[in-house]
Order: sequence, then C-alpha cells, then structure tokens
Amino acid sequence: MRAWVLGDNVDTDAIAPGRYMKRGIAEIAPHCLEALVPEFARGVQPGDVVVGGRNFGAGSSREQAPAALKHLGVAALVAESFAGLFYRNALNLGLPAVVCTEARRVHDGDVVRVDPEAGRIYIENRNQTLECEPIPAHLMQMVRDGGLLAHLEKRLGRSR
Amino acid sequence: MPATLAQKLIARAAGRGAVTPGEIVTCKVDLAMIHDSSGPRRLKPMLERLGAKLWDPSKVVLITDHYVPAYDEESRKIIRITRDWVRETGIDNFHDEQGICHVVLPERGHLRPGMFAVGGDSHSPTGGAFAAYMFGIGATEMLGVLVTGEIWLKVPHTIAMEFDGAFAPGVSAKDAMLFLIGRFGLDGGQYQAVEYRGAAIRALPMQERMTLCNMAAELGAQTGLIASDGVTQAFLQSKNLETWDSDDGASLLAHHRFHGDELAPQVAAPHSPANTRPVTDFKEVKPQLAYIGACTGAKLEDLRMAARVLKGRKSAIRLLVAPASLRDQNAAKNEGTLQILLEAGAELLPNGCGICAGYGEHLLPENMVAISSTARNFRGRMGAASSQVYLASPYTVAASAAAGRICDPRELLQ
Repeated sequence: MRAWVLGDNVDTDAIAPGRYMKRGIAEIAPHCLEALVPEFARGVQPGDVVVGGRNFGAGSSREQAPAALKHLGVAALVAESFAGLFYRNALNLGLPAVVCTEARRVHDGDVVRVDPEAGRIYIENRNQTLECEPIPAHLMQMVRDGGLLAHLEKRLGRSR
Repeated sequence: MPATLAQKLIARAAGRGAVTPGEIVTCKVDLAMIHDSSGPRRLKPMLERLGAKLWDPSKVVLITDHYVPAYDEESRKIIRITRDWVRETGIDNFHDEQGICHVVLPERGHLRPGMFAVGGDSHSPTGGAFAAYMFGIGATEMLGVLVTGEIWLKVPHTIAMEFDGAFAPGVSAKDAMLFLIGRFGLDGGQYQAVEYRGAAIRALPMQERMTLCNMAAELGAQTGLIASDGVTQAFLQSKNLETWDSDDGASLLAHHRFHGDELAPQVAAPHSPANTRPVTDFKEVKPQLAYIGACTGAKLEDLRMAARVLKGRKSAIRLLVAPASLRDQNAAKNEGTLQILLEAGAELLPNGCGICAGYGEHLLPENMVAISSTARNFRGRMGAASSQVYLASPYTVAASAAAGRICDPRELLQ
C-alpha cells in the first residue's frame, strides 16, 4: 500500500491538533497532519503506511495522535525512531510501529508492505526489502489482540 | 553494584534487589495522576467495557486543568463527566480548577521521594524533581494502570547533565533546558532517564528544578530526575524523608558537564524547542504578545522572575499571565509579585493549561508573533498555523515585553 513519507520530529500537534481535542476521533482525524501534508487526511487509503524520520510522534501524551492515524486506516507506522510515549500509545491502540534505521530508503508514493513481527518492509514497486527491528515479543501479543483494551478484555475475561 | 537513581527507584517498584538497563520489568504504581482531557471522558467507557473497577482509588489523583474554565458546551460536558466520575468512583484526591496538574500534584503533597508514579500527560516527568520516578502515558495505558496497578517498563540508562558553579542573575532553569534541547535535539534524551546534577542545580529552588524535569519531555527522555535533599524536604514541609540519589560510580550512558556561570539566556525560534540560540541573536525580533503561562513557565518562581524584571516598568506589548496554580497566584498576590505584574499592564488569565496546549479562548490569531515562557512552539500548537512562537525564560519574556523586542533580561536587571 502507499507510503506517505514525512520528515524528522513530526509532532503530535501536527498529527492531532490541540484545538480539536475536545471532539471525538471522527472529527479530529480529518485534521490529521493538515499543517504538514494538507491532502493527507483526504488522500490516505486503508492499508497505507506512514513513514517518518527520527523521533516520530514527539510531544504530547495525547493518544488521539496514533488514534487519528488508525482511524484513517493507516496499517502501520515506520520510522528511524519514535518518541517513546507515542510508541507506547501506538502499540497500545494496536497500531504497529516499526523502528527501521533504513526508513529513509522508502520514497513517498512507494508501494510497501510491513511485517511487524518479522521486522521487514517490502518495497514492492522497487523489489527491495528493508530489515527492521521486530516489535518486542512482550508487546506483539497485545498488538495482535488489537491493542491493550482488547488484550485486557481477553485477560480479565479468562480470569473470571 | 553501584546503581543510578532511576535504577533504584525502579528496582523498589519492581520488588527487586537490582535492575539492569535494557531489561523489561513490571512495576507497581504508587500514584496515578490523571486530568480532565485524557482522564474520565476516555477512561470511563473503557472501564465499563471491561466491567472493571479502580485497583486503588486512594492512589489516584485527578486534577482539572485542560478544559477549565469551561467556556463552551463541549468543555462543560467534559468537566461534567469528570465531576460525575469522581462521585461514582469515590476518588478523594480531586483538585478541581486549582491549577495545572504538574504543579498542583506536589503543592498538595502527593509526591514523595522514592515513589513510582505515572501521569496521563507528557509533562509528567516534572515529578522527577522530587526524586520520584514519574513519566507520562496515554489514556489506554492509564486504563491498564487503573485496572491492574502495574505497568511495564524498559529499565532506562541514565544520561547525567551536570552544571557546576552557579547560574548568573537573569539565567534560569528554562535557559538550561532550551540550551540542552538545542544542543542534543528533541530526541537527545533517547527515552532514557536524564539526571540533573551539580552545584548550579543544587542551588535551585524546587520549582526551578521542576522546570528542568518538566522539559525532559522536550528533550525526549522518559523522565528527568534530581536527587532529593534539604530543598526537597523544605518544599514538602516534611522532615525525615528518605534521601534518594545515584551511587558514586554508577554506570551512565553519558555524562555531560557544563559551566553554569557561562550559560546565557536562550531563545528557541519557531517552530521547534530545539531551534535554540543565545538571546542576543534575536534582538531584531519584535513580538506582539508576551505570554507567561503553563506548568513550565508560570509557577510562583516564574512569576517572581518576571516581576524582578518588570518592577517599575510597563509592558510595551500585550502581556498575558496565566499563573500555573491558584495557590501560586494567591502567594504571588500576598507577597506583592502579582501587583508588580498587573501594574506593568499584565492581563490575568485563568489557572489552567490554556493557550500553551491550544485550549481555551485566547488562541494566537493568524500571523501573531509571540514570546512565551511555555515548553513547545510547534507549528499551530498555540493557535493559527501562521502564528510564530519564540520560547524563553520568564525573565526574557518579561524583558521582551518591557522592551517591545526580544531583549536580554540581564540588561534590565542591572
């Protein structure tokens, strides 16, 4: 699916602007990244992948940032590095975030497929494979369950 | 094995004798702080879906600061949900419209050295100034804490930032942080623990130490830490607190040393806190608005800094002051600090996150150039995408307000 390539230090105010934060995710998502890529929210298709440089998701703890990307159908995030808080939030929402030191080799508009468990990105239009860090095992089960809420539901349901 | 302060705090919370950087551990949470934005309106539906209850309401502190005062129907609804939830859950530690959570939490005595705490806000590392391991998490992760009382953590390495000597008059913790963020970048903290040390740090009052740990967030650290000492005890009005500090010889990821005496006032240009240069590089910039606000920049100590500069002067531009807590505002009033600011022409805004977080009624209009004592100047954060925010210390914001251009506060303090 299409890769949307962004730069370093993409911040949470750009991903989910504060002035819309009082609304629900359906009203926040249309403003996702509008200050950086005005056409993003309209153009992104389910299954697309967002690729950042260093420190993707810098700034706030607001979970609406990864939630907006997920709401728009983004299937995975790839970056050279993620801001730690954002990284936890993305995985807690079941949105795979994959650290890839070679993320810069993905070009905007490439057709890519991400395997977060194996830690691989396939650039299909150029027939390249990038090796990444797999999502740690203790988190992958939660991501597979669909995030922390679904994971807890399963855990608590089982223990009842 | 000698251990860092971070390792000791985490080992205690994990019920372990020692922990090693890089290993993943599960910690018992001593305190969970939540606010109105990431709090009940998000948590309540998730708790109901799980059919779960709070693991320990006595360990939860809830503070309204983002949507207060509620100025529209959406904000009123969020505050209503928050207050109803307090009644339903039986939380005793509820501070309603008392100021910003990171400032209210220690001022009401909830933090103690040695604690392991989480907060539903990215500036939660502020609590690290009290030698507590405190960091920010999102709403869903907070749900996990509220249900289980636990959270996983990758034991961080420690990066020591040491300032020897003493900061010059007119130079503050904010300048130290802008300098460090400019030097090491928004990811310089590598999501590890940053520990501030040295004579210049030891000499700082508690709220200045809080500013250092607060902006560990902009440095990209998981938390910022400062060992506890007599200053910590005096602020908490509590003697016989345990002292928590790193051991000599504990292994560090990096140890950076700076001369406190050489630090000049710093300014971060739009649109990143890492766009930092000495204040003298910005003399041509003429802001139209000066803002003293937020957990980073409007505590009692911050208001005092602004007043030291503005005493007997008038602001040449619009000056907005939003004291970080009601208690700090009252203290500033009683000691005369607030009067100095008001006589300089300051307009007083409510005690909340306000403009800093893009909330409330006073957002920056199109093309506005502002100088602000807050922590973040990302594009559009404080208002219109075309607005431009310069970050500086309360000293520098006040001096710039008086001069009508970005001004070195040392010129006015002489």
